[in-house]
Amino acid sequence: MTDTSADLDRLSPRQALAWLGARPVLIAALVAVALFVFGEILSPGFAAYGQVLNVLRVASFLGIIAIGQTIVVLSGGEGIDLSVGKVATFAAILAARASAGGDEAILWSLVLALGAGALIGLVNGLGITFLRIPPLVMTLGMVGIVQGIVLLYTGGQPAGRSAPLLRALVNTRTLGNLPGILYLWLLIAILVVILLRRTTYGRWLYAVGANRTAAALSGVPVTRTVVTAYVLSGTFAALGGVLLLGYTETVFLNLADQYMLPSVAAVVIGGTTLAGGSGGYAGTAIGAVVLTVLDSILVTLRMEESGRLIVNGIVLLVLLSAYGRQRRLRQ
Amino acid sequence: MTTAGPARDDVAVDVRRRPQRAALVGQAMVFVLLVIAAAANAALQPTFFTAYNLSSMFATFAPSVAAAVAQTIVVLTGAIDLSLGALITLASVVAVVLVDGDPSKIPLAVAAALAVGLLGGLFNGLLVALVRLQPIVATFATTFVFGGLALTVLPQPGGSVPVEVTTAYRAATLGVPNALWLILLVALLWVALRRSRLGIHLYAVGGNTTAAFATGVRVTRVQVAAYLVAGLFAGVAALAILANTGSGDPYVGSVGGAAIIGGELTLSSIAALVIGGTALSGGRGGALGSIAGAIVLGLVANIVFFLGVSSGMRELIDGLIVIGALAFTGAPWLRRGRQ
Repeated sequence: MTDTSADLDRLSPRQALAWLGARPVLIAALVAVALFVFGEILSPGFAAYGQVLNVLRVASFLGIIAIGQTIVVLSGGEGIDLSVGKVATFAAILAARASAGGDEAILWSLVLALGAGALIGLVNGLGITFLRIPPLVMTLGMVGIVQGIVLLYTGGQPAGRSAPLLRALVNTRTLGNLPGILYLWLLIAILVVILLRRTTYGRWLYAVGANRTAAALSGVPVTRTVVTAYVLSGTFAALGGVLLLGYTETVFLNLADQYMLPSVAAVVIGGTTLAGGSGGYAGTAIGAVVLTVLDSILVTLRMEESGRLIVNGIVLLVLLSAYGRQRRLRQ
Repeated sequence: MTTAGPARDDVAVDVRRRPQRAALVGQAMVFVLLVIAAAANAALQPTFFTAYNLSSMFATFAPSVAAAVAQTIVVLTGAIDLSLGALITLASVVAVVLVDGDPSKIPLAVAAALAVGLLGGLFNGLLVALVRLQPIVATFATTFVFGGLALTVLPQPGGSVPVEVTTAYRAATLGVPNALWLILLVALLWVALRRSRLGIHLYAVGGNTTAAFATGVRVTRVQVAAYLVAGLFAGVAALAILANTGSGDPYVGSVGGAAIIGGELTLSSIAALVIGGTALSGGRGGALGSIAGAIVLGLVANIVFFLGVSSGMRELIDGLIVIGALAFTGAPWLRRGRQ
């Protein structure tokens, strides 16, 4: 396969398709633009500057929750974290109660919420590494446990509002007419890309995801790397939940639950393979935008929640069929 | 066994003996647990052995028993079905909407539930065997397709099952609760499957897919068949849920509020088979252990119920029990002699 774009115009359509197929991040970006165009045709004003900013603002919560999902999927071993939605909800509930709707305790509420997320991630990681529970089952079981904790903690009636400062971060237009959360998302995204590409931990993560045995033999602390991945996942899920609280302003029992499936879908759209060890965060971030635009088109079409579930499931299946197929038995 | 060619026979005999020996150990353990859980129940609840209690207990257990058998069949091939709970939910809401309290429509509803189960199983099977997606992610995605369909068919809990069905389900025949007859029927169907060619091939594919393929087992066909049969048992589970509750609920057996349709059903089916001695890696175990495992989980849930804890606490404990059950087989101090 030819890799340089200079040769692109000399490729046959089939080769061009293969060239594109190897660049999921590019495809995802093209799909995002195409969806905006489609939405504009469907409902004029859909792709207006203000609307695009609004979609990006809504995408930021998914984008931040999906950071942890990306890291967990990269760590391989069928790694996946289904508890991110519930952890985000729990973190928002904790933050709302701890800050009590004021700015005085905002730092404490943030520490508390992120700490709880990290702790849940730690339990997930330990269960998966030491008790060898498959990640999917461990984190799905964790959904029930966190739900139980939420019910016990709130008595079924979550109370509290977001701190005004948090609300301002998400909603107020700052420099360049952009809401502050977009700058925050960009900053975190850059830091995550650096973490993955330029640090020792990042190299360990890719090594462990690609081949655990080889990584262990070359001296990579496999268990520590995997456990850290789940801790990061819990932490970023909690951060996403707290920021979402700034958007919704009040808490519900199922505030961020619906982010579980899209967080996995965003990772897949972004070209991170579910087998682990290959991919990155830039694709996931674009994947989060794609899913948010798609959802907002479906809302424009007045589709019910149940219909959107089906569409999301099918989108995930189509994407998996494009990227995630396994080899044939007969070679 | 009627397969042609000596090579194929050898493999079949081989995979037939080995798993039986390994499964025996796991299955002996689950029957010990069964006795302990039943004894604990009997100690906590003086009315445990009354006919009324036994029939309502088995009425509650039958759906999870059918679900556990369905999951076991798929897991034996080395795959997994995360959409199982959502498929059961979908089959149950379709059936309840069709029957709508009218006894004359019972055959239609039963046929519909089984057909939905088969179609869902076929969809999963084709995705795994022909499109060649990893089972775990393919069925993760179909969970949302099935769950969304279930919510479309019946957005809110509702619909009613003819009273004849719910009464018969809790009645007894020859002194044995009818729900227990259903469990015995499920067990019998499993034994028949286990002895068929497909049953042997399930173990062969799960034990070593490449070797099974090399010796002439039609792996693709076996994988699709496994999901199909699992879908059929999912339909049975759906009918048992309806007969037990008397109405439809799209959120039945979901986990964490309504975050994942049928998630709790899926989870407990996996926990039941793990307790029952079936390996998640495939090729080892059997559904009889899973049936005992599902009953153990049901008895433990009973104990938690009798301790009189709040619903939040119960959800927490249920989650811990499932994880504990899975940890039970994977824990380092118990891992000796495995793998």
